[in-house]
Amino acid sequence: MDKPLIHMENLTKTYHIGENVVRALQGVSYSIRAGDFMAIMGPSGSGKSTMMNILGCLDKPDSGRYVLDGEEISDLDRNQLAALRNRKIGFVFQSFNLLSRTTALENAELPLLYAHVGGKERTDRAMAALAAVGLKGRECHKTNQLSGGEQQRVAIARALLNNPSLILADEPTGNLDTKTSEEIMGIFTKLNEEKGITIIMVTHEAEIGAKAKRSIHMRDGRIVREEVKA
Amino acid sequence: MIIKNALHFLRILRVSLRALARNKMRTFLTCLGIIIGVGAVIAMVSIGAGARAAVEKRFENMGTNLLSVRGGSRNIHGVRTGASGWVRLTVEDANAIAQLPAVEAVSPSVGTRAQVVYLNKNWSTQIQGTGQDYLLVRKWELEQGTYFDESMVRSAAKVCVIGSDVLKNLFDEGEDPLGKTIRISRVPFMILGVFKSKGDTGGFGSRDDFVAIPYTTAMKRLQRADNIQSIDVSAMTAALTIEAKSQIEDLLRIRHRIPDGGEDDFTVMNMAEIAEGAADATNILTILLGSIASISLLVGGIGIMNIMLVSVTERIREIGIRMSVGAKERDILLQFLAEAIVLSMMGGLLGIGLGVGISRLMKYVPMFSTIQAVVTPGSVLLAFLFSASVGIFFGFYPARKASKLDPIEALRYE
Repeated sequence: MDKPLIHMENLTKTYHIGENVVRALQGVSYSIRAGDFMAIMGPSGSGKSTMMNILGCLDKPDSGRYVLDGEEISDLDRNQLAALRNRKIGFVFQSFNLLSRTTALENAELPLLYAHVGGKERTDRAMAALAAVGLKGRECHKTNQLSGGEQQRVAIARALLNNPSLILADEPTGNLDTKTSEEIMGIFTKLNEEKGITIIMVTHEAEIGAKAKRSIHMRDGRIVREEVKA
Repeated sequence: MIIKNALHFLRILRVSLRALARNKMRTFLTCLGIIIGVGAVIAMVSIGAGARAAVEKRFENMGTNLLSVRGGSRNIHGVRTGASGWVRLTVEDANAIAQLPAVEAVSPSVGTRAQVVYLNKNWSTQIQGTGQDYLLVRKWELEQGTYFDESMVRSAAKVCVIGSDVLKNLFDEGEDPLGKTIRISRVPFMILGVFKSKGDTGGFGSRDDFVAIPYTTAMKRLQRADNIQSIDVSAMTAALTIEAKSQIEDLLRIRHRIPDGGEDDFTVMNMAEIAEGAADATNILTILLGSIASISLLVGGIGIMNIMLVSVTERIREIGIRMSVGAKERDILLQFLAEAIVLSMMGGLLGIGLGVGISRLMKYVPMFSTIQAVVTPGSVLLAFLFSASVGIFFGFYPARKASKLDPIEALRYE
């Protein structure tokens, strides 16, 4: 029980952009328990996006260890990482990242396509997930016919579909107005509290960050401060 | 496991089909390249096969005991003189051949083209100088009248026998041509008879479109030369054609004083050989036409590659999204490859329809009216398989490019 869901140990990541060397991560160590709701905060260029990419198994660190749910990430290849994302991670992006001109249902069921689940089971599970985020009756709308808030709900439904252990949200409210932002945050809070899903969210808005149980602040590729909500 | 993989493949294929359905116009235009390519291959190969069949049928009707003797290049002490030293066959050669035991009859042949005039009508046709035994040698019959006899040949009489096409073009229907005078290159000829029509057995031009006159007259009046172009010979029986051929060769070698081991200055061909040669020629024609058509198929394939590259670039973000939710390299590769293959196979199927349609319509084009285009299952299968491989070949590079994208870059792509 004591084993953390996420264990990061001395992670480093360096980018070479032309002549410039960007040290995005300079030795980050941190552990996150299952069921946590954490915000990663910090100004742009602080390394939070890089950390997000590594946490989401979209990228690998140059050095250090990253263990997700007991699996060592550094040893995996592209396809193994894809399979891991499929099984364990749900993404929610600032710009929604839905397939355009495609229905909400088709978007939501996408992870199951790559989990080799098909037919009625896939549709049923996608319908249930869409209903859970309050989109019952809008399943067959194309994404471009949906409002920003609705689109983000579709994205959350998609993230939930494979029962992931972890949801990674990258500025999930960045493109939404205040009211919609609160609705979306409400969904996250509910998922965390009622279903115990671990949520890690990147944001630079203090108000949004305050909804999380805990937050870490980053600067220049290092964690500089940790706050735990009372 | 196999069933699971097959199901997975079908699901990915559905994704590809939806993408194609979203861009119907683009899909159709991309297919069009393949449609035209496959259609052209099938139509060309069918026409070639039709031409071959026509040629074969034509020679079949000529009789198998027919031989043709032609002059060849002269060879003086190993120096071949080429066309300028062409050996001409003489009337004496023909008469000598006629005496051979395996030979039934001979007909010296002198051909030219000329304008034929009757009253106010005129027609350009083949003028064939022949011997009196032409009908026997060529297994031909007359519709009406008589053929010129030996005395008319000897005296170079200005008489002729006309083919049914010439009859149709110079005389009104029901008009009796016998005894009428037509002018061939301004020389008046009296019509003795009309050939029975051999019908449109196909091939290159009609066989009823000619006028036969005594070869002596042709030499004197039209050709103004004292040699003949070739000698048609019929063997006693079909089984004796080979024997007749060697007798003719032996005879002409003596007559032309060719030493032992020297090269013949003439050639004797039997119809089987001539037919084979003509069939070979149409085969080469078929291959040539097919190759040219294949180039358009290749161009269609490049069109597919072009569109797939554009499609991949347009959908980089989509690829990123798919990768982020767990699509493996293989899944992305399959999706785009399937699009390319569907494009080319759809084009292939429609192209087969187009090719078969063209082949069917060919007989309504006057120029090709005698060729019955034959659509062979082989050519259809070949064109279809070729178009499918074009899809795989030209679809692979764009699909691989898509599958190798970095998910982070792809997600950020605007």
